[in-house]
Amino acid sequence: MSRTVRLIGLISVLAFALIFMGAAKDARKAAAPARAKAPAIDARIGVISILTGQGSGYGEAITNGLKLAVNEINAKGEVKIELVIEDSSGKQEQALAAGQKLINSSRVAAIIGPTLSTEMKVVGPEANASGVPIMGTSTTAAGITKIGKYVFRNSLPESQAIPASVSKAVNKYKIRKVAILYGNDDVFTKSGFDTMKKVAEDLKLHIVAIETFQKGQSDYKAQLTKIKGLSPDAVFCSALYEEGAVILSQARKMGIKVPFVGGNGFNSPKVIEIAKGAAEGLVVATPWFADRNDPKVKAFVSRYDKAYGKKPDQFAAQAYDALYIMAEALKNAGAADRDRLRNALAGIRNFDGVLGRFSFDADRDVVMEPNVLIIKGGKFQVFR
Amino acid sequence: MFAEQLINGITLGSIYAVVALGYTLVFGVLDIINMAHGEIFMFGAFVGMLIATKAHAPLWAAFLGAIAVTGLMGYMLERFALRPLRGRQGGSALAPLISTIGVSILLENSAHKLFGAGNQLFETPFAEIRFEVGPVTVYLVQAVILAIAVILMAGLSLWLYKSKAGKGLRATAENLDTAGLLGVDTTKIITATVVIASSMGGVAGVLVGMAFNYINNQMGLSMGLKGLAIIIFGGMGSVAGAVAGGAILGLSETFVVAYGSSGYRDAIAFIAIIVVLLVRPQGLFGQAHPETQR
Repeated sequence: MSRTVRLIGLISVLAFALIFMGAAKDARKAAAPARAKAPAIDARIGVISILTGQGSGYGEAITNGLKLAVNEINAKGEVKIELVIEDSSGKQEQALAAGQKLINSSRVAAIIGPTLSTEMKVVGPEANASGVPIMGTSTTAAGITKIGKYVFRNSLPESQAIPASVSKAVNKYKIRKVAILYGNDDVFTKSGFDTMKKVAEDLKLHIVAIETFQKGQSDYKAQLTKIKGLSPDAVFCSALYEEGAVILSQARKMGIKVPFVGGNGFNSPKVIEIAKGAAEGLVVATPWFADRNDPKVKAFVSRYDKAYGKKPDQFAAQAYDALYIMAEALKNAGAADRDRLRNALAGIRNFDGVLGRFSFDADRDVVMEPNVLIIKGGKFQVFR
Repeated sequence: MFAEQLINGITLGSIYAVVALGYTLVFGVLDIINMAHGEIFMFGAFVGMLIATKAHAPLWAAFLGAIAVTGLMGYMLERFALRPLRGRQGGSALAPLISTIGVSILLENSAHKLFGAGNQLFETPFAEIRFEVGPVTVYLVQAVILAIAVILMAGLSLWLYKSKAGKGLRATAENLDTAGLLGVDTTKIITATVVIASSMGGVAGVLVGMAFNYINNQMGLSMGLKGLAIIIFGGMGSVAGAVAGGAILGLSETFVVAYGSSGYRDAIAFIAIIVVLLVRPQGLFGQAHPETQR
């Protein structure tokens, strides 16, 4: 018994020592830039992302985009940002714990993330209640920013992207009969499906089949054989690229040759990398187009390629822009104060990023024009 | 369409059966569930992918490579995660189970580090080859998968019931101590069992790669759960049960999608399992435990 008590005592002494050491280090760190001549704004920004487990591909792109942006921003010297990155594993409870840690012990000025809309639905209310601005860079489900006045996002919601791609494809290919395929275990793909179904009904299309799948599934043959038997003019598919690319590949191999119309999550060069030739004919609407004729985009793509040896996808680009938006707001706020930062963020209009011209609307949601693209000749091209 | 769905179901079912065989062998001999089996299966798929897709070697080389690597992993698993725990005084019966869970986490994360996150393409030279039988399209891959699965199961049964080592294995499964007293080198038998079970997992990994063309480092978990459900359904430790259970699960999953709703795919398959277990708690082919054994 007494041994246990001694052990607890020892641990708590150690813990206190560590905390004091940490505090001393922080104080020194805070003091150093104050002596520098330019009064740079020092801010700590929390990041919640999926670093391990299912979906860590997205987390990798997001943190890569953020790290590239933070180096560039800090090199300019107007604002000094320190990223505190936490892993959510794509799980709600872990995302919430990470959020609480960032808010209460890391004392961040704002949070970027979490990755999934499902996670934002639990972390958003927590950050909002604590008065910490939180910005999703990949949360595209409906109603995210309705959580509260501290919740922002710079990711184009499916409800804006999908109608653009669907109506263009319907006009071009004279689509009458469609099959819809979607992931039913994810808020993002589910809300994409709701939008697709609504748009299809609005355009008076005949829906021949509605099929579902789950995250991480590798066999879609049963669903696709069924769809093939119904011979639709097009397949609307609400999927993330990991599953979407596999679906495309298996569908093409099976002889389903009709166009596929995808949601936002389908837009990644990884689709072409994974599905190769089978990706041809996929139509997506997206905020991010890596081959856009814009010096800003070209510079970002080449710097990203140099740093990580691959092309940035939409998730990397959105994260990259998000940190620049954050830096811009910090500059306007004049200090790393949570409330002033929130107001500055809400005031962002016509921000010129790699995604194009970006504004927050009165509900802190995205205002921007989506690009409609098609995969042709092994790359994304503007769909005409 | 019915015939094509039937073929889809049989392909899926034969892969499930091979995965379940790996579980059932280890359970039969050691009375533990090898939670790392799904991850060893995943490693087999990646080794096969490296050989067949990255190195453009023929498919038989992919199978041999996967068998060699997963067999070695099975040996290491037995040597370092199971043997040290066996026969220890006061050790919990659950200790080997927990230790295999540890191994599975280790393997999943090493695969993440080694091969990266996300889907990887598994290309086979004959993925596109198909032939038409009347209105039905059959892919060569599907025929090859079925053939390999059948050969594997037949070979395993022959080995178990005809060879001396197989008899030793069955004796060990029946009672470890008695088999040891009667001159069976039980340590060797146990090692051989785990190695064979693991290399069957490796073969199943390559089969999955061939069938679906994509593999990722997370697939061990879902396939592992299916394998577990199958051996509970078919009867713990029963080879025939694993085969029948795999076929039934594969077919029912496919037909639920074909004639029902894809949203109920897993639900209906598992409801069927629950119903069977209510009627036959020992599983389809399992034997009720005689009182003397425990």
